[in-house]
Amino acid sequence: MSEDQPRMVLLRVFRYRSGDEAPRYDEFRVPIGPRTTVLDALLGVRRLQDPTLTLRHSCLHASCGTCGMRVNGREVLACVTRLDGLGDRVVVEPLAGAPVVGDLVVDMEGFYRRLGPSGRPLVRASEQAAPELPDLERFEDCIECGLCLSACPVAATDPRYLGPAALAAAGRLLEEPRGADPAAVLGWVDDAHGAWRCHVAFECSEVCPAGVEPAGAIMGLRRRLLRDRLSRLAGLHDREARP
Amino acid sequence: MDRPHVAIVGGGGTGAALAHDLALRGLRVMLLERGELTSGTTGRHHGLLHSGARYAVADAESAVECIQENRILRRIASGSFEENGGLFVAVTDEDMDYKPGFLAACAACGIPTGELTPAEALQIEPSLNPALKAAVWVPDATMDAMRLPLRFFASARRNGADLCPFTEVTGLLRHGALVTGVAVHDHLSGRDAEVPADLVVNATGPWCERLAGMAGADVPVRPSPGVLLALRGRLCNRVVNRLHPAGDGDIVLPQRALSVVGTSAWVVTDPDDLDVPEEHVQAMYREGARLVPAVAAAGFRAAWSAARPLVGAAGGASSGRQLSRTFKCFDHAVTDGVEGLVTITGGKATTLRAMAEAAADVVCAKLGVQVPCRTRETVLEPHTAYYTGGRAA
Repeated sequence: MSEDQPRMVLLRVFRYRSGDEAPRYDEFRVPIGPRTTVLDALLGVRRLQDPTLTLRHSCLHASCGTCGMRVNGREVLACVTRLDGLGDRVVVEPLAGAPVVGDLVVDMEGFYRRLGPSGRPLVRASEQAAPELPDLERFEDCIECGLCLSACPVAATDPRYLGPAALAAAGRLLEEPRGADPAAVLGWVDDAHGAWRCHVAFECSEVCPAGVEPAGAIMGLRRRLLRDRLSRLAGLHDREARP
Repeated sequence: MDRPHVAIVGGGGTGAALAHDLALRGLRVMLLERGELTSGTTGRHHGLLHSGARYAVADAESAVECIQENRILRRIASGSFEENGGLFVAVTDEDMDYKPGFLAACAACGIPTGELTPAEALQIEPSLNPALKAAVWVPDATMDAMRLPLRFFASARRNGADLCPFTEVTGLLRHGALVTGVAVHDHLSGRDAEVPADLVVNATGPWCERLAGMAGADVPVRPSPGVLLALRGRLCNRVVNRLHPAGDGDIVLPQRALSVVGTSAWVVTDPDDLDVPEEHVQAMYREGARLVPAVAAAGFRAAWSAARPLVGAAGGASSGRQLSRTFKCFDHAVTDGVEGLVTITGGKATTLRAMAEAAADVVCAKLGVQVPCRTRETVLEPHTAYYTGGRAA
């Protein structure tokens, strides 16, 4: 491909403004190179074609989690999704399952309300340094982008479902409680709209851009809840069996 | 409707900290940002809470600001930093020659240091170049570039500040030489509006020349972009700096499960039109690998540019490296005869709170408000409160 003749891609972009009767799709032709991301192209649209296009972005490297959207129906972070290889017509839509504030911007309040009970501490001690040194700290891997919640087929039908990110946070909390009460965490997720609601579709782990594997965390929570129930039952049985 | 005392233009770290500071002092605040909060320069930075050591030799003023703010932020925003420290690593004889002056300059700026032998450095940070000649520990830390400002935003809103993302300032309201507010376009509703204000603060970072120009005022700021490179894998646990005069690709640090290498520096005129020169990306790989060899073979995640707002005489420095990293507050009544407009710019992510304090002091003096700054000791709301804390009425 010659550099003077960049390939052109047609973006079909979801548009909605409060007060509109219905959303519409606008089409923009954009030039792309091998490294052009969906976000690069959208920012180019805003700068050169339509300054009213609204979208969220901040870090540009899959660390802040703000530029989650659906590209050709798939949840992605626009900043690390290259257009090359996505075809000549690319459909760009906001995340599903959250109210659209405008164009590609959704209200993240529901996502953060679900995460709330986990406390969502950003930094944890989790890597052992040399024995004489303090534990190393690291940011949690979840970047709170909401892709998992958008992709989850259960969340689409059950608005009360805690959802993959919150359950993954609960799983992480149990691994390293750091002062949190494991019983309270288990009580929070042991609910018809909690760990038991998951249909094991694994869409969340598929779309997670940070390798958090929420589905694995949910399965871990279920095992833990079952084990606790069984040991409670066994304890009951032991007491009853005693003279 | 209540007339806001102060309209802050720009929703980056500086605007965030200023909204918090002014709201704490009891002023009415409205903050306007054309896109999402932190979508300009702020969200794109390295993620480094500077100890100040990088600037100690050549720019002592910035170095002192950094170490003071480093200590304050750890107190008021605990939980937003990986407090794993940083290492300055010598890999050449020239680096070793730089070391005595570096240690002396750090001491003069009040930045604690600890000298490590190569063996000691490799023990705590095995990813380092095994050919290193020496290392110096400093109290650097890593941060979350967006979530730290979100804590300031959440705290500002809790104290009544009205935060308006996706609201673009399209002009300044003028009455002769007096700025009386801002004209805005709300991208979410499509409506235009006028926001009267007793004072307008220009906190638009590398865009500040453009906004000041709407009032015929001038700000000597150069937008100076740098390229950063994110790689897959957490290659190190500490901030790894090259022990030499600040240059390109000489900082490698971890961000969650990524590693970020930066940066370069040049000067542009339009901060909206930033490219990512391929040779800069290659320089990040090459220079980063001199500190942490695993950089060379690490998987690519992203490369991007961020425009710093560097304060310097217009038409002066061309590479950006000669410009100081300190910040400046301009009262345009004094500099340009334009009343009602103040610009706060320059600085670094690490010094956002100090920049806000300086600007808020100017704002309060101009408005006759005599309330001291309280941001040094006020612990910030968690970043999640920005989303769940509700909006000011």
